[in-house]
Amino acid sequence: MSKRIEINDLDVYYGAFKAVEGVSLEIEPRSVTAFIGPSGCGKSTVLRTINRMHEVIAGAYVDGEILLDGANLYGSGVDPVNVRRQIGMVFQRPNPFPTMTIRENVLAGVLLNNRRMSKGDQDDLVERSLRGANLWNEVKDRLGIPGSGLSGGQQQRLCIARAIAVSPDVLLMDEPCSALDPISTLAIEDLIEELKQEYTIVIVTHNMQQASRVSDKTAFFNIAGTGKPGKLIEYDETTRIFSNPSVQSTEDYVSGRFG
Amino acid sequence: MTTAAPAATTRASAPNRPADVIFKAVSTTAGVLILIALAGVAIFLVAQAVPAIIGPLPDDDSFWAWVWPLTFGTLWSAFLAMVMAVPMAIAIALFITHFAPRRLASILGYAIDLLAAIPSVIYGLWGIAVLAPFMQPAYAWLAENLGWIPLFSPPASGTGRTILTAAIVLAVMVLPIITALCREIFLQTPRLNEEASLALGATRWEMIRMAVLPHGRSGIIASSILGLGRALGETMAVAMVLASAGAVTFVVVGSQNPSTIAANIALRFPEAHGITVNMLIGSGLVLFAITLLVNAISRWIIAKTTVDGGR
Ligand SMILES: Nc1ncnc2c1ncn2[C@@H]1O[C@H](COP(=O)(O)OP(=O)(O)O)[C@@H](O)[C@H]1O
Ligand SMILES: [Mg+2]
Repeated sequence: MSKRIEINDLDVYYGAFKAVEGVSLEIEPRSVTAFIGPSGCGKSTVLRTINRMHEVIAGAYVDGEILLDGANLYGSGVDPVNVRRQIGMVFQRPNPFPTMTIRENVLAGVLLNNRRMSKGDQDDLVERSLRGANLWNEVKDRLGIPGSGLSGGQQQRLCIARAIAVSPDVLLMDEPCSALDPISTLAIEDLIEELKQEYTIVIVTHNMQQASRVSDKTAFFNIAGTGKPGKLIEYDETTRIFSNPSVQSTEDYVSGRFG
Repeated sequence: MTTAAPAATTRASAPNRPADVIFKAVSTTAGVLILIALAGVAIFLVAQAVPAIIGPLPDDDSFWAWVWPLTFGTLWSAFLAMVMAVPMAIAIALFITHFAPRRLASILGYAIDLLAAIPSVIYGLWGIAVLAPFMQPAYAWLAENLGWIPLFSPPASGTGRTILTAAIVLAVMVLPIITALCREIFLQTPRLNEEASLALGATRWEMIRMAVLPHGRSGIIASSILGLGRALGETMAVAMVLASAGAVTFVVVGSQNPSTIAANIALRFPEAHGITVNMLIGSGLVLFAITLLVNAISRWIIAKTTVDGGR
């Protein structure tokens, strides 16, 4: 279920612009890894290379390799569609399909793979996924309403339910709480803590308390100036990054001196 | 209302700027003129149609018996045209917005817009001179081999100037409007919804089914209705292409074709006199009513499909 990610010397481009340079890091299964750093330093960009969503942007490409349990996601003959089926993603703004009901939203990914699922199995999966996203009790009586009728925090948990319904190996989250109120944020943080039992989780956050609360390891990215590529500055245990980092700029950033 | 009221009073007490006054006068006049023109047309149609509707007509049929084949031909040819044009337009718009390389997409978009600029008389000429002779062997083949399907009952037309040929011409004529509107709508699909489906492992086509088409649903309906309106009222091309016999039949490859209201008016009006003028105007009233109805239905459909937040 949960798999190990290894990024080797990754450069990421938007056309001629090199947005990220020379990233290498290893992410253990069943752990939460936080990406932090000032905005524009390439956190989202690196995150989106892990499920090959980066390349849906015109002209965007990567150089380097990313191994999932040893298999190169960028190997020749690897279909990005299959990669995305194994690696789920939750976006910064909640994006349930507006014309689908809650139930249809949860099933959207599963039905892509497996059209002929029995109604009973579907019901089970909807319940299991919504419970997994801590949303079941709030919506169990109205699975037929459009997903867009929920509150922002509920929509984001619906998106998490949709992502875990396909039983991915990895769950990527790009600032999943930045559009949410503090209560919903806490609900999602608790959820991340639970999901860690089953999934490898990578989360981008601009909120350092959040990074220190939810993550086991933290990667600090930085950028030398506009137009320059972002780089991975330091990657270590979260406690160490926040108490005793080995690089000065990490220390400056986590202590709030810039960024 | 409560919040708007104070704003309105402050605006009323503000000094009258000349430009505002002039603009208001011009726009009010224009609005009133449009209403007067519309009412004038309706009154004219009704007043002129009444003698034909209450009769008696020369060949002692009722007005409704006379106008029915024309109405049928109008609806049937427009329906056939839409069946061909709408899927085609959606496919082209999807290709332009989601599949074609940028360069090809802009060339294609330009070509489609050019199609819209061609006058209908040119389409009529093309229909007679090129399309009808080209389709005739196909009609003969259909009548011979698939004649058991009511649509293709033999005998086939010898000239190819059938209602299907007219419908194909109509389809080409409405294609640009529908395609252009669909293209705009598909381009406006929220990036977030497209990425949501791609991130779940949707192929490009699955992404279109999950994100693009649901988002564009009411726009597709609206653009189709616009095209339908044009197909219902198209005169010149149909008048030129269609060899009509006033029959009411679903056969699309034969020589016994129904005419359409608009084409019939254009062909008969120059020589009409007396009560026949009233009959033709009466058929115009029927066409007017049909287009109004179509518009009302489309508004109703759009209102219904957008309540669930169809954006
Ligand atoms: N779609 C895009 N096209 C071109 N450049 C982009 C695009 N998205 C992001 N970038 C650039 O890549 C760099 C990294 O952006 P991003 O990964 O979004 O940063 P972060 O998530 O850390 O704030 C920035 O310089 C940004 O301007
Ligand atoms: Mg970002």
